[in-house]
Amino acid sequence: MTMIRRSLLIGAAAITAGLMTSVAYAADTVRIGSVLSITGPASFLGDPEKKTLEMYVRDLNAAGGVNGKKLELFIYDDGGDSNKARTFATRLVEEDKVDAVIAGSITGTSIAMRSVFEDAQTPYISLAGAAEIVTPVRKWVFKMPHTEPMSCGKIFEDLKKRKLTTIAMISGTDGWGKAMRAECVAMAPKEGIKVVKDEIYGAADSDMTPQLINIKNTPGVQAVINCGFGQGPAIVTRNYRQVGITVPLYQSHGVSSKSFINLAGPAANGIRLPAAALLVATQLADSDPLKKVALDYKTKFEKETGQPVSTFGGHARDALFMLIEAMKRAGSADKAKVRDEIEKTKGFIGTGGVINMSPTDHLGLDLTSFRMIEIKDGDWQLVQ
Amino acid sequence: MAELLQFTFSGLTVGAIYALVALGFTLIYNASDVANFAQGEFVMLGGMVTVFAMAAGLPIGFAALVAIVFVALVGLLLHRLAIEPARGASSVTLIIITIGASIFLRGMTAILLDKNFHNLPPFFGSEPFVIGGATLLPQSLVVLVGVALVLLAVWLFMSRTLLGKSLLATAANRTAAQLTGINTSAVIGMAFVISAMIGAVGGILVTPITLTYYDAGTMLALKGFAGAVLGGMGNPIGAVVGGLVLGLLEQFSAGYLSSQYKDAVAFIVILLVLFTMPQGLFGAKTVERV
Amino acid sequence: MRRCLNSPFLLILALGAVVALLPLILPSNFYVRVVAIVYINALAVLGLNLLMGFAGQVSLGHAGFFGIGAYAVALGPVYLGLPGWASLIGGTALSGLLAFVVGRPILRLSGYYLAIATLGMGVLISMVVSNEANITGGPNGMEVPRLVLFGSRITGSLTWYWISGITLVIGALIVVNLIESPTGRAFRAIHDSEIAARVLGVDVARYKLLAFVLSAVFTSIAGSYLVLLDGFVTPNTTSFLLSIELVVMAVLGGLGSILGSIVGAAILVILPQFLTVFHDYEHAVLGAIIIVFLIFLPSGIVPALASLIRRGPA
Repeated sequence: MTMIRRSLLIGAAAITAGLMTSVAYAADTVRIGSVLSITGPASFLGDPEKKTLEMYVRDLNAAGGVNGKKLELFIYDDGGDSNKARTFATRLVEEDKVDAVIAGSITGTSIAMRSVFEDAQTPYISLAGAAEIVTPVRKWVFKMPHTEPMSCGKIFEDLKKRKLTTIAMISGTDGWGKAMRAECVAMAPKEGIKVVKDEIYGAADSDMTPQLINIKNTPGVQAVINCGFGQGPAIVTRNYRQVGITVPLYQSHGVSSKSFINLAGPAANGIRLPAAALLVATQLADSDPLKKVALDYKTKFEKETGQPVSTFGGHARDALFMLIEAMKRAGSADKAKVRDEIEKTKGFIGTGGVINMSPTDHLGLDLTSFRMIEIKDGDWQLVQ
Repeated sequence: MAELLQFTFSGLTVGAIYALVALGFTLIYNASDVANFAQGEFVMLGGMVTVFAMAAGLPIGFAALVAIVFVALVGLLLHRLAIEPARGASSVTLIIITIGASIFLRGMTAILLDKNFHNLPPFFGSEPFVIGGATLLPQSLVVLVGVALVLLAVWLFMSRTLLGKSLLATAANRTAAQLTGINTSAVIGMAFVISAMIGAVGGILVTPITLTYYDAGTMLALKGFAGAVLGGMGNPIGAVVGGLVLGLLEQFSAGYLSSQYKDAVAFIVILLVLFTMPQGLFGAKTVERV
Repeated sequence: MRRCLNSPFLLILALGAVVALLPLILPSNFYVRVVAIVYINALAVLGLNLLMGFAGQVSLGHAGFFGIGAYAVALGPVYLGLPGWASLIGGTALSGLLAFVVGRPILRLSGYYLAIATLGMGVLISMVVSNEANITGGPNGMEVPRLVLFGSRITGSLTWYWISGITLVIGALIVVNLIESPTGRAFRAIHDSEIAARVLGVDVARYKLLAFVLSAVFTSIAGSYLVLLDGFVTPNTTSFLLSIELVVMAVLGGLGSILGSIVGAAILVILPQFLTVFHDYEHAVLGAIIIVFLIFLPSGIVPALASLIRRGPA
């Protein structure tokens, strides 16, 4: 009982303290807001994103902040729910009065928050995958990660190089898996590729052998593409070897974290996927401008969190630094000026590639920022 | 034919996982009328604690033992700190308390361990057996044998030990059991501990196949609960059969009908079964007393 | 205080006063939005409470109706060219009709069997909206066209605050009328004992169905409102977790209590906004709070406090 009472007391004190700080804020800071899926099914995206932002904001403040002002970071967890995301977005705008926003681990929450930041005329950089977020271009909205058309495009490019034209697909019911599947199926005929089998699995399923047997029994399949993220692709990969399919398997950049290799085990050998250069930082040529940035981030993240680096956290890093550079160029945190400067970003070197924003392109990445990577003996291997 | 066999193997593997969760549900339900929605968290904890104990350098057997003991303790604490103090509350209230407990356990796991997906090595390698053109992973066999052994142990415990009989008596009629001198509160506590251990064993057995992370319990609880109800709430054999049938349904419809709507097929069958057999496959006919 | 808790019509009056006066003290749009979400959830919980608290039937599938309401206002204007308000009414009618059709066979079940059957129904609805991605946008969701009434676009938290607040008051009024009528007595009889009610000549099946249909209608309207407020809908609105959340709100506030429905919704909507100060501990603390509340107030916050007040010196 006393324990419960004590924890209630501590809780009450903490709530009061929290309210006090949000009322008595210092006006001489640069306020950056963030709403991420830190818990829930997409926590493997939101968690590294949060850790990355916290890590760098701390460092930037230790080095004096930006434009002589300290940074203040407001992070909320939407649990993957778009309604909660929108409520927190409103809170960032109305209560925390943020100057800029880096938010949205998944497409659903990113789009749900979009109009809040547009109405508040606040620069907003999304960390979610789907191209839909910035097509058509919206004045205040930018986004970091590579999109599903890019992932399909890069895989098809590699397929054609290997002269494989008849494929099967197996996709998860998560947002990313569905969006990428739709894109690949739509894009295939234009690229001269035939999709002869199209299977689906639930995002939390634990055995995909029935779907894979159906693919195995479909004549003529020369390669298989698995669209999805989370644990699904790891189980697909293991079941793929279990039922003895021998044609090449492609994953998307939805699995670009070392934990995928650990989870899939030896079955991951030979899998190809398009992903950011960050995964193969050590193998990049010394002349490659991405090498230093990618290697620095990888070393720092792994040292501070004890967890393997993923491209997801990398995008949060890129978003933060792109924003900081825009603020420096703007000479202030003025929302309109910072937005204009983000749009003028040229040749920004991030872990995800070289970013060139323009008034017609708020993603700023092209296919060259993607590398085709093969998994070999438990590690990423750049396909030359 | 090979497909049929493959879908069966796959369905049994998935079903065995549901069966273990359903079995845990059943024991607590029998003793207390409560559907324990933190049952999925027991399974998750079993896997997660083993993973972290192994990462700390323990051999797998010892790590598994640590996990089982730890989760049993969690089960005991859940009863002592959350269920027992609410003694006398309606079963709906107690169920919501277990939902609160599942949110709490998930939250603590995320903080104390982590939020990443984890894996355990399969106990007997990952080279599949090939039987009649279909493949079966050694770990699937381990899970199936494990389910059978757990069921056997539960049956022996219930029918051969005094403690088990007091559990049965409490399940049959709590007031009468109390009158014969059974400490029903202790019996319910014991049901939580045993269910927690079953959950932990389940988690350790299935993690090499399904992987695990702090949020894995929710889906397992949902499917396990569906299995337990399908079999007939309160019947341990019904729970296991219900779980297996649910797994088979899902994988057969994924293979033969539509992988997109496989969960839908499973639930439609459950609805049809309940419309014709309102007490599930093995449920006892109960008469409501006025 | 005692009279107020005892007389349901006074309660409605008090609720109306709170809805009318609260905007005067809410400091910003953010608070207005949070309270609007409280009202919207309370509306759904009120419906669910009619089913659970008064008629004694469990449902773990109400997110299905919530989702039908939500997707009706998203899909109606886009695919059928219907105005938003007509889509809302259409969605409500569809939810009511579905509840009517599936209600008969489902409500023959009881207890956990009923829980699983309703859960199955919710899962089926959820699968349709998340699988038919060509129409619904799948898991990534779709934008909801703004509601247009009398030629003006209905946006903004404050407008939705008023719409949801007034609807909640009307909803509460309907429930009060119902439980004070012979129908309400029939509900309570079924809650206490179905067999006894049947012996007394209550058409049990009909009343259970009525409660089910009404609760579906309330929940469906709440779903429409929420996504109209957001301007965006995702399959979260149909998720099993939402069904559970609605049940937790109902039980936490107090089954069979109108005020309890609102208090339960208020706690689960507002609390997470405070818990953000705990950062990583947010969820652990939320779980602990639910447990502690129900240990000390096992019949739900409102009924337990009411009986404490009644027992104490009045």
